[in-house]
Amino acid sequence: MDAIRLDIEGLAARVPDGAKIALPPDYSYCAMALVRAIIARGVKDLHIIGVPALGFQADQLIGAGCVATVETAAVTLGEFGLAPRFGAAVKSASIRMLDGTCPAIHAGLQAAEKGVPFMPLRGVIGSDLERRRDDWIVADNPFAENDPILMVKAIQPDFAVFHAPLADRFGNVWVGVRRELMLMAHAAKSSLVTAEKIVDGNLLDDPVRAAGTIPGLYVGALAEAENGAWPLGIPGGYDADAAELARYVEMARTEEGFADYMAGKSKEAAE
Amino acid sequence: MSNSKDIRAEEILIAAIAEMLDGLPHIAVGASSPVPGAAAMLARARHPERTRVSVLGSEKNNFFTDGGKELFDCAGQGRIDAFFLGGAQIDGQANINLVSVGDPDRPKVRFPGSFGSAYMYFTVPRVILFRLEHTPRTLVEKVDFISAPGTSEPNVYRPGGPYALITDRCLFSFDREKGRFRLASVHPGHTVEEIREQTGFDYDEPAEVPDTPLPDAETLAAIRGPVAEQLAEIYPAFAAEVFGLGKAA
Repeated sequence: MDAIRLDIEGLAARVPDGAKIALPPDYSYCAMALVRAIIARGVKDLHIIGVPALGFQADQLIGAGCVATVETAAVTLGEFGLAPRFGAAVKSASIRMLDGTCPAIHAGLQAAEKGVPFMPLRGVIGSDLERRRDDWIVADNPFAENDPILMVKAIQPDFAVFHAPLADRFGNVWVGVRRELMLMAHAAKSSLVTAEKIVDGNLLDDPVRAAGTIPGLYVGALAEAENGAWPLGIPGGYDADAAELARYVEMARTEEGFADYMAGKSKEAAE
Repeated sequence: MSNSKDIRAEEILIAAIAEMLDGLPHIAVGASSPVPGAAAMLARARHPERTRVSVLGSEKNNFFTDGGKELFDCAGQGRIDAFFLGGAQIDGQANINLVSVGDPDRPKVRFPGSFGSAYMYFTVPRVILFRLEHTPRTLVEKVDFISAPGTSEPNVYRPGGPYALITDRCLFSFDREKGRFRLASVHPGHTVEEIREQTGFDYDEPAEVPDTPLPDAETLAAIRGPVAEQLAEIYPAFAAEVFGLGKAA
């Protein structure tokens, strides 16, 4: 069965207000071009989930007013420092913050992947993270005496949103060792994917490549986007554009600077 | 004996941390940790047949193939022997705060977040806390937000926990029974009195506190040679600043 092929705007149009979307961290494969198209549509009230942490995508979505809830283990711009629009939004309480920890997010997605209501996880007990989450419960281990363990409620995103180096016409998407994208795709109701290149052949025909490939079964729609992760890089592909990222961080210190930066990006895209 | 004038503070820290990692089978290093990363690489250089190092974010020093969850699954099974955690605040019970200062719903300052700390701190036997700013602002009596607690009730599953805290001024060991730090050594150029003044929490102090040893010539050669080169792949800016190295080709 052929995949649904759209352009970036068509892909972005599939994200309604209030959608719950899972996003990868900056060192993985981020669909930055698609995120800019979602911002340009003016989508509201998104619930974004960092798998397990967030970076530039989240800072831009938050700064643009697209986000109601942030569920993540961290928001960081790595060597570029603290995420300025995220920090401002938390301080002014304009977003709902669900602070988590990396393995709990993986565990919640794994529960959704299996279609079970929760996943137990070691650790976390006694932290303020645990005290502040009503979707996490400390319960007894049913197989042992006096052994409390954390139950993390399943996390089922409406969409996994990510980029990939390669996809095929059947919607099979190669992610290699970045298998948190596979977990996201399995857990989400559907995935919206951009790829550097979409080929005619079938990626599953080659067993070596099939091992790192998400089957088209999980992919709702696909768009080709050369340099789709820019200004971030992709492992094994191109490096991040450090000068552009530094320019963003500088401009995004203020709300006005951020607006100017994003206006410039939509002007560039229109040209 | 090496002359302390020729040795950088980072090199003393790298050597001191490597001592605590000596001979361990698997050391994992999180993001943005050049000094612990270098210490792990030094430990590996000393026992290449025995010690594996996983550095998150590195392509050459990372053998995981099952996505972001694999590190945590490994830790849960006891396959990781040492890990490093920082903290915007660290308190005398070794609680760490990576989230915010003030009311977390209306914070004065917001940091990136807890990452995997609330889990790795419970599952990895030897967690070394690393914080380069040693002041009453960072080493506090009580953290504003517990990203991960230093100690747990006896019935909570916890093979892991804090082992030591190293700062730019000194090294503390952590006594898990007492739930307290003990001053273990003071880095050259710093004093016991200064540590007391700059630390916001109470800790134990032996009558004689040794100086943190300077790395010997062989250790320095390893740090400045193979370790610096391997580090440049992951932390080019740090390798350039501390060792004058360009990014490895």
